[in-house]
Amino acid sequence: MAMLSGLKKIFVLTVLMFTTVFTYASTDDHYAQLHEEQLAEEEREFEVSKMIMHHIGDAHEWHLWGPSHGGTSVYLPIVLIDGGLKVFSSSHFYHGETKGHGDHEYIVGEGPAEGYAMMHETIYKLDENGQLHLEDGHPSSEASVLDFSITKNVVSLLMVFVLLILVMFSVAKFYKKNGAVAPKGVAKFMEPIILFVRDDIARPNIEGEKYKKYLPYLLTIFFFIWFSNMLGLIPILGANLTGNIAVTFFLAICTLLITIFSGNKNYWGHIFATPGVPKALLPIMIPIELVGIFTKPFALMIRLFANITAGHIIILALVSIIFLKESAAWGALSVPMALFISVLELLVAFLQAYLFAMLSALFIGAAVEEAHH
Amino acid sequence: MFGSIAAIGAGLAVLGAGLGIGKIGGSAMDAIARQPEASGKIQTAMIIAAALIEGVALFGVVVGLLGLETGVQ
Amino acid sequence: MEIVTPDYGLVFWTGIVFVILLFLLAKFAWKPILGAVNAREEKITEALELAEKTKAEMTALQAQNENLLKEARAERDSMIREAKETATAMVEGAKSKAQEEAEKVMTSAREAINSEKAAAISELKTQVAAFSIEIAEKLVKSELSSADKQKALADKLAEDINMN
Repeated sequence: MAMLSGLKKIFVLTVLMFTTVFTYASTDDHYAQLHEEQLAEEEREFEVSKMIMHHIGDAHEWHLWGPSHGGTSVYLPIVLIDGGLKVFSSSHFYHGETKGHGDHEYIVGEGPAEGYAMMHETIYKLDENGQLHLEDGHPSSEASVLDFSITKNVVSLLMVFVLLILVMFSVAKFYKKNGAVAPKGVAKFMEPIILFVRDDIARPNIEGEKYKKYLPYLLTIFFFIWFSNMLGLIPILGANLTGNIAVTFFLAICTLLITIFSGNKNYWGHIFATPGVPKALLPIMIPIELVGIFTKPFALMIRLFANITAGHIIILALVSIIFLKESAAWGALSVPMALFISVLELLVAFLQAYLFAMLSALFIGAAVEEAHH
Repeated sequence: MFGSIAAIGAGLAVLGAGLGIGKIGGSAMDAIARQPEASGKIQTAMIIAAALIEGVALFGVVVGLLGLETGVQ
Repeated sequence: MEIVTPDYGLVFWTGIVFVILLFLLAKFAWKPILGAVNAREEKITEALELAEKTKAEMTALQAQNENLLKEARAERDSMIREAKETATAMVEGAKSKAQEEAEKVMTSAREAINSEKAAAISELKTQVAAFSIEIAEKLVKSELSSADKQKALADKLAEDINMN
């Protein structure tokens, strides 16, 4: 228990550390005036796809409300590795000078961010003339810089982390305190779901007692995805975490690595010498089976990413109708529809977590299955 | 222009997936009506099959997204 | 940032956070939770088994009780029967004894009566004989009071003898 409270202290300290790096900025009158023309233009032609892309993508600021330039946002820390570790607030970008035209518009950093520029939320190094070097409409490879910034999604990730730790530790605490009794409170809510993962995901797919070894992974991945999906649905508080391909990429890689490293003789035998297949066909079969190892987690990655992103896009698109049509009647139509999709997304949030865990269990189960001949 | 063509492709993918998932759902209903006691197992199998089809459809949606993105930039 | 290209920075952070989360949850959450749940399930299974066993024991005990009761009832019945038999036998014995006694008494009474009777008869006979002799004496006295009468008697007697 001492260790538990110690861990809690570390979380609090970490959060405090980040909040000191964040610089909080409310509406800046001077800034707003400077960009008044631009704002007016933006309001006139409301670009749906641009807005949606901005919302489902990652950002270096946590935009709360107000116009996209000059609204209320929390600026997140930027971490660059460029001849040493550089940490500074992203406000040095968002308040900087805008250069370039159209899709190649970029903001030049000031203060500690000098020498860097941000284009479409990606940070590049400027050349000697203070310009972003472009090749075929894209920044050249010389301009790229190692960016390990605490972005909106990373903060969301930490929120899910803290939430999961708090909830699950309190459930564990209940059992530690009361022993093996009927659950109450949070434990009463969480226990059926934990048992669902054990009895309906792990046990039927991984034969024998082997499921016990993989149960912690399956539980963690299920709850991580579920909590992330649910958090992403909350306006203002949520980011499109599981709808980001980097996150689903890592989760899929985990399943892939576990499948490969727990694969037994029988599993590899099925790949390199599929039973019942003539020897002459093996040169065709082996590449197909090998590709199959990678396509399964690839499908996992795309499925989760696309499902969650598609849900966010639909809700945003429905809300956009109001701004496109600028009429109350369309609002009366779009709001109930957005609400309906939001409720549907609650189901999808659970279903996708279930599917990811379920298919992971299925792949692991196939890897550890013993021969039945 | 590419964006709208990709969107048509995504729409076609969704059409196929819709047909596929509809067929799965119908067959599952038939199966449950025939064997109500096995409804749990049928449901699980149905969800997995539907998810696999949906995955394929989402590849189409991702291509559509790529088009959307290219249209923006 | 392109939407379908994994951003290495986020992959890095996801990796770190997820691995730490997996470690912490596995060690401090899943282990105690699953341990407690398993322990509870075992407890329930054990309790159910115990209940089943107790039920079987109860059934056995009940059967035993039934048997005992049956035996007791049979014993009681036999005891009652025996008692009845004894009682009957005793009554019967008493009856026969009483009868015997009565018979004895009756026999002795009859004997006494008989002997009394015989004595009475013999006495009566003796008395009758005495009376007869007296009467005969008186008769003979009167008969033989005169010569005529003596002669008539002699005649008569002679006649009786003749007739015989």
